[in-house]
Amino acid sequence: MTQIKEKEGFADNLPQRHRSGGFWSRLFQISTGVGIVALIALLLNITNSAFGYVATENKIDPETLAINGIPLEQLHPIDLTYILEQNVSAGFFRAQNNEKPFEERTREEIYDLVIERVVEPEAAATWSLFDSLVHKDKINAEVAEKYPNAELSFQSWINGSFLLSPQSADPERAGVRTAVLGSLWVVTITLLFAFPMGVGAAIYLEEYAGDKWFNRLIQTNINNLAGVPSIIYGILGLAIFVRGMEPITSGAFLGPVDPTTANGRTILSAGLTLGLLILPLVIINAQEAIRAVPGSLRQASFGLGATKWQTIWHHVLPNAIPGILTGTILAVSRALGETAPLVVVGASTFITFDPTSPFSKFTTLPIQIYQWTSRPQDEFRNIAAAAIIVLLIILLSLNVVAVYLRNRYSQKI
Amino acid sequence: MQNSIDLRKKRRWGETLIQASLFIAGAFSILTTVGIVYELGKEAMNFFAQVSLWEYFTGADWNPQIDQFGIWALLNATLMTTFIAMLVALPIGLSISLYLSEYASHRARRTLKPILEVLAGIPTVVYGYFALTFMTPLLRGIFGRDVVDIYNTASAGIVIGILIIPMVSSMSEDALSAVPRALRAAAYGLGATKLETAVKVVLPAAISGIMAAFIVAISRAIGETMIVAVAAGAGSNFTFNPFEAAETMTGHIVRISGGDLSYDSIDYNSIFAIGLTLFFMTLSLNVISQRIVRKYREVYE
Amino acid sequence: MTENKITYAIEAADLNLYYGETLAVRDIDMQIEKQKITAMIGPSGCGKSTVLRAFNRMNDLIPSAHATGSVLYHGKDIYDEDVDPVEVRRRIGMVFQKPNPFPKSIFDNVAWGAQINGYQGNMDELVEESLRDAALWDEVKDKLDKSGLSLSGGQQQRLCIARTIAVKPDIILMDEPASALDPIATLKIEDLMHELAKEFTIIVVTHNMQQAARVSDFTAFFNLGEDHAGVLEEYDVTSNIFTNPKKKTTEDYITGRFG
Ligand SMILES: Nc1ncnc2c1ncn2[C@@H]1O[C@H](COP(=O)(O)OP(=O)(O)OP(=O)(O)O)[C@@H](O)[C@H]1O
Ligand SMILES: [Mg+2]
Repeated sequence: MTQIKEKEGFADNLPQRHRSGGFWSRLFQISTGVGIVALIALLLNITNSAFGYVATENKIDPETLAINGIPLEQLHPIDLTYILEQNVSAGFFRAQNNEKPFEERTREEIYDLVIERVVEPEAAATWSLFDSLVHKDKINAEVAEKYPNAELSFQSWINGSFLLSPQSADPERAGVRTAVLGSLWVVTITLLFAFPMGVGAAIYLEEYAGDKWFNRLIQTNINNLAGVPSIIYGILGLAIFVRGMEPITSGAFLGPVDPTTANGRTILSAGLTLGLLILPLVIINAQEAIRAVPGSLRQASFGLGATKWQTIWHHVLPNAIPGILTGTILAVSRALGETAPLVVVGASTFITFDPTSPFSKFTTLPIQIYQWTSRPQDEFRNIAAAAIIVLLIILLSLNVVAVYLRNRYSQKI
Repeated sequence: MQNSIDLRKKRRWGETLIQASLFIAGAFSILTTVGIVYELGKEAMNFFAQVSLWEYFTGADWNPQIDQFGIWALLNATLMTTFIAMLVALPIGLSISLYLSEYASHRARRTLKPILEVLAGIPTVVYGYFALTFMTPLLRGIFGRDVVDIYNTASAGIVIGILIIPMVSSMSEDALSAVPRALRAAAYGLGATKLETAVKVVLPAAISGIMAAFIVAISRAIGETMIVAVAAGAGSNFTFNPFEAAETMTGHIVRISGGDLSYDSIDYNSIFAIGLTLFFMTLSLNVISQRIVRKYREVYE
Repeated sequence: MTENKITYAIEAADLNLYYGETLAVRDIDMQIEKQKITAMIGPSGCGKSTVLRAFNRMNDLIPSAHATGSVLYHGKDIYDEDVDPVEVRRRIGMVFQKPNPFPKSIFDNVAWGAQINGYQGNMDELVEESLRDAALWDEVKDKLDKSGLSLSGGQQQRLCIARTIAVKPDIILMDEPASALDPIATLKIEDLMHELAKEFTIIVVTHNMQQAARVSDFTAFFNLGEDHAGVLEEYDVTSNIFTNPKKKTTEDYITGRFG
């Protein structure tokens, strides 16, 4: 084989060029890996806190509460009520009795109350999932040494009672029920506002607006609004909905409201604020979906003597609706995850009651996560992680629906 | 008259009504912008009636209790987190976009892009949690607990960077794939290697689109709130040490509005002044970036 | 105006058509005979589609397009201020180059136009009648609820014709209705045009000389003028155009010696 000679005046630098090519291509790959690693680290970090061993210490050992050798779990309701009366303040006992007389309560209800108020189990220490799996022996030793009275058990912080319980100052008993319901209420308002408004605007811009300066202004403005930081919407919501429109957003226009409650810091204000926030996204997504409807359909319709609105209603919208819905779902998931604007609008830091109307005080899942994350105690970190998992699952299911819609209808035209 | 056919316009009230409502929906967004400028401006005026513009724009101390309102204390922290975020997001985001558009196989793209989309869809408060419970301990493990505070701008900045990676990579990738195939073919035809084609031919051709992506990324980092609110610390602090706690503009707004704020306090007014500053900063960055994008569209279409 | 008997389906006078600033077609004077087939031929880009769309104001849908001059229909200029283009289009229907059925059932494709135009009669009968007139009934009568998109290209185009005649227009405009079809489907469409001409006035744009010669009663030859605006070069009875053209350019074009 003859060697191909380098032409005169050219350096034989190809191997070196290939080497540097290989180096950089490796670097690009590694960078891409960083993205994946970050995602994995984030998910692992959350899982790590959401499960693990807990050492629980009781304020009063339940065994000492046994009467005549009958253990606490098997005591008669009357005995349980007696224990309760002996161990809690008279005021609390009376208040409970007023709320629902003890004679009318089931044994389980009274037993739960005894556990909660008398036995008062408390997490003395918690361990992450990683430690729980790898350093089991060390944990056992540590518990035996530091918390001789504690009971060690493996706990999933995300569990049935976590999903169903309202807020509580006690991390062991706190749940996301109030927050999940709050999120649903708020997002419903958001949707009721942003969907018709956004789709209407998109139809106007795509089907009616000519190339006039005002229409161009609207379009540019929408693009810019999409880039405004979400906290600015919070400030706007505070000024307009909470303060400026207080008689409406507090529900006062419907009749007298309890002055100790929400004033303008209601679900309605929060929902409208998020509505303004996602409006540009809904519009831009809907515009894209409408633009994807082939012009030939419009021509066919106009050619038959249809009016503009008949054409839009019968042909453009039915064909654009999957795309519009997909885009709206994505915008709604953005709203579901928003925190900062709602803090500014005035999310409540602590409510235990289910929201009942648009004029209720509100908290939402991300707000709850924020508040729990900001607490120094470890157990709040654990329930924050559990709440994050709940939030991510909700968002994931929304995205699955969006992808399904997109795939299901994308081949149609 | 034999002209029996009537072609004249009939008033279609329904159509007119619908068109009017659609127009209102379309024009509504203008109201939002006007609302932002008006409401923020109005309360900011109240603020500047009590604090001089000079003090606001030159002061380096922000302590409302003792009437110090120098924005630089907060702005500096914002710029610190933003700068750190860019150190993370720009090189990694750009590398990912180069990998995806010039190197990756079809299959690799199909798996990688959804992963990046998932990253982009995670709420920022979750990233805040991640910063506080993962990144901060990590930094403290590496640099020492006495060097790194529990709350610090480095941790927040790095995590903001991670948050922004998908945005940088997807916008840059759009710019890269808008470069005509013929240009790549020409480079290969001259004997260029893959790297040389990517970096010396495709990248320069897409540079304005990539610049636009970078600018939007900066704007996004400046406005990012929850990560700094959770991880960067409370209380203003004019420092260039990334391992110290320092409150950013957004972090400050969240903290003081979290309590029950009374409407006629200077704290309330200050939120609006800071908000307005933030609004104009991000708006001008976004406008610049859109200009650039429009320019490079014109070149290739 | 009783003395001014309306003898033509459409009369265009001094018609100039623009896209933005550019003049696309200039000075069209043209009378379309009723219940005849008029073919429009000419080189690509000379403005045939533009003129055709001007006859039922479909050009309105193109934001930059506008017209000067007049197009009389039943003695009324359809470009008058007070004319509603929707009224015009329900009387002057259109069939497009590419079949464009709605993504709806075959039945709905035909029924929809009649419905929105307030048809009061029996819809089943109208659909059947229209499909029969479009020579499609036998092929689709068992699957009226199937999507219009499930048909072949030629069937789709006949469906579009059925849909157009279901609104009972006076005039049907066809822009290269057979150009996307195979020769057999094309023949079917041509036969159909003959049938339809008994009832409707038809104006058809075509690139196919044989087709123009076979189906049309009149032929209009358009050409590109000096200034790149289209002009109506020659307009006459079809047999004259093809056997005895008055202009050299016409002869060159139809004999393929063009350009
Ligand atoms: N929507 C439009 N916007 C701007 N210019 C247009 C538009 N449609 C057509 N034109 C221009 O008007 C002129 C006539 O176009 P038209 O489509 O009427 O030609 P045609 O004779 O139908 O051509 P063909 O035989 O290829 O269909 C062409 O120069 C074309 O570029
Ligand atoms: Mg044409």
